[in-house]
Amino acid sequence: MRASQEIPNPSHMAERKDTILYLDGVSVSFDGFKALNDLSFYVLKGELRAVIGPNGAGKTTMMDVVTGKTRPDEGQVLFDGLTDLTRCDEARIANMGIGRKFQKPTVFENMSVFDNLELALSGARDVFKSFLFKLTGKQQDRIDEVMEIIVLSKECFTEAGALSHGQKQWLEIGMLLMQEPDLLLVDEPAAGMTDAETEQTSLLLRKISGDRSIVVVEHDMEFVKSLNSRVTVLHEGSVLAEGSLEKIQNDEKVIEVYLGR
Amino acid sequence: MSQTNIFQRRSGFSFLLTDKGGQWLLGLILAAIIFVPFCNLYVPQDGFFHIPTYMVSLLGKYLTLALLALSVDLIWGYCGILSLGHGAFFALGGYAMGMYMMRQIGDRGVYGNAELPDFMVFLNWNEIPWYWHGFDSFSFAMLMVVLMPGILAFVFGWFAFRSRVSGVYFSIITQALTYAMMLAFFRNDMGFGGNNGLTDFKDILGFNLQSNDMRVILFMLSALAVALSYILCRYIVSSKLGRVLVAIRDSESRTRFLGYRVEYYQLFVFTISAMLAGIAGALYVPQVGIINPSEFLPANSIEVVIWVAIGGRGSLYGAVLGGIIVNYAKSYLTGAFPEIWLYALGALFIFSTIFFPKGIVGSVSSFNVKHSIGGSVVAVCRRIVGRIRRNLMGA
Repeated sequence: MRASQEIPNPSHMAERKDTILYLDGVSVSFDGFKALNDLSFYVLKGELRAVIGPNGAGKTTMMDVVTGKTRPDEGQVLFDGLTDLTRCDEARIANMGIGRKFQKPTVFENMSVFDNLELALSGARDVFKSFLFKLTGKQQDRIDEVMEIIVLSKECFTEAGALSHGQKQWLEIGMLLMQEPDLLLVDEPAAGMTDAETEQTSLLLRKISGDRSIVVVEHDMEFVKSLNSRVTVLHEGSVLAEGSLEKIQNDEKVIEVYLGR
Repeated sequence: MSQTNIFQRRSGFSFLLTDKGGQWLLGLILAAIIFVPFCNLYVPQDGFFHIPTYMVSLLGKYLTLALLALSVDLIWGYCGILSLGHGAFFALGGYAMGMYMMRQIGDRGVYGNAELPDFMVFLNWNEIPWYWHGFDSFSFAMLMVVLMPGILAFVFGWFAFRSRVSGVYFSIITQALTYAMMLAFFRNDMGFGGNNGLTDFKDILGFNLQSNDMRVILFMLSALAVALSYILCRYIVSSKLGRVLVAIRDSESRTRFLGYRVEYYQLFVFTISAMLAGIAGALYVPQVGIINPSEFLPANSIEVVIWVAIGGRGSLYGAVLGGIIVNYAKSYLTGAFPEIWLYALGALFIFSTIFFPKGIVGSVSSFNVKHSIGGSVVAVCRRIVGRIRRNLMGA
């Protein structure tokens, strides 16, 4: 569990080597619409960060840029203070240690929970190695361990398509954990969940942060509050405010564009 | 299920142990390899169980087409790549085999020219083109049977998959591919016999193609090729690679974000599939005695997809059954109702997609009475009986 209000302020100590993710002046436009407009922010190693913002603020585009799905028109995206992500494709970025959870749960519905996790298992990704692949005892233990964390041990051989919405979301988080990422991007994990499931998800995210950095994009204020993390507010493609949730909630600009409505 | 089951499933030849449909299929093929030659060679001609030689060749032809269907199911059923150009790979394999058999004719052609095949003499060519060199050798020709389709698939796939062409766009450019190949092979100066293609074959490795024994051997080789290819395909789809393929089929971008280079997987399985199609073509040509550019017809490639859909996509054995059953029906219908067989084929396709969306094998294995024809008939009857009873009671 994280220490409560002791949240470091990255913008004051923005040494690049301390950051896991470093965006500087990133702009993306689609047909003249600026989805990201000179966006700059940092995430520190081991940090849990919540990103909020109204629809169209650029939250998803920001994730697309980091994971290599969209190329920025200008700006710099650095991973681990060194690697320029704008030059890499999705597979390379994923193998570097950046995992992404989509808004809509996208697990492989026709495969069992076990097979889903096995696919995500960190390790060789090339064709011939996966042709000859055999699961070792250690890897088997790792899968069991992750199933424990995401409370799906009992559903090991259930087809993922038969899981409940919340369980699918956890399975997807589990798949991210199998990749042993240094940075997790999580898009609206609590959307469509029951209260109990939301609580469980928050617990899960806090449990797995610390060893790795997590960026959570979320609408649900209760959920963001329960994460007890630093919050970044996006608006029209750039950062509007940043700080603890309390500070954000009292910020007049934020109230005007987002919370006040 | 316990953990040991997982390990069992993923080691050695155990991938066949859990594959009930595959065991049935392999059993049937084995039975055919034993009984068809026996009934042809040892049962007397007027015996009830005698299988005439033309029938042996016809069965052999069905098997090669089943192998083509199998190759399509490997990529369509397990990786979601809908190729509408697999006829091109089939025909290339066939041409490689045909070129070997043309060289075997030697001076027994109509013009008696020992150096050149008949059609080249006819075109007043003086020497054999460079790409015909080597086809005198059986082993070189056999290598080409898998290499030519394989290389074409690799190069074509390299550009298509790297540019992330997928879905219906991929299907359309595969149609264009096979159409372009057809136009090229129709040209006389391509040096593949133009319009007429390659025919008038005499023998393979010195054995007369028309002889009874050779026909039986070709049948057995076709059956063996289907069985071995089935085992190969099953092995591929049961490995972790197979699960990555299914992942690509179900969600390509998700698989990319897991760190898999989707295009390499697609390229691998597409190339393997094209090679299998080439082998099928090479076994097809000596049994039908001719290969010409009409094998590249775009409609042929579409038909293969229909066989797979009718048999049951994504099961492998369904494709083999579909290939055999539809082609048998086609032979029967073209004989019995020459005018309407195309309508019959169309009806079969519509009928099967409505009533058997998972194909023949999918419907047999699910035992779901509600969605089967029997079930619908029973339901309709019940409703009619119910209405009559209500009317009677009311009256």
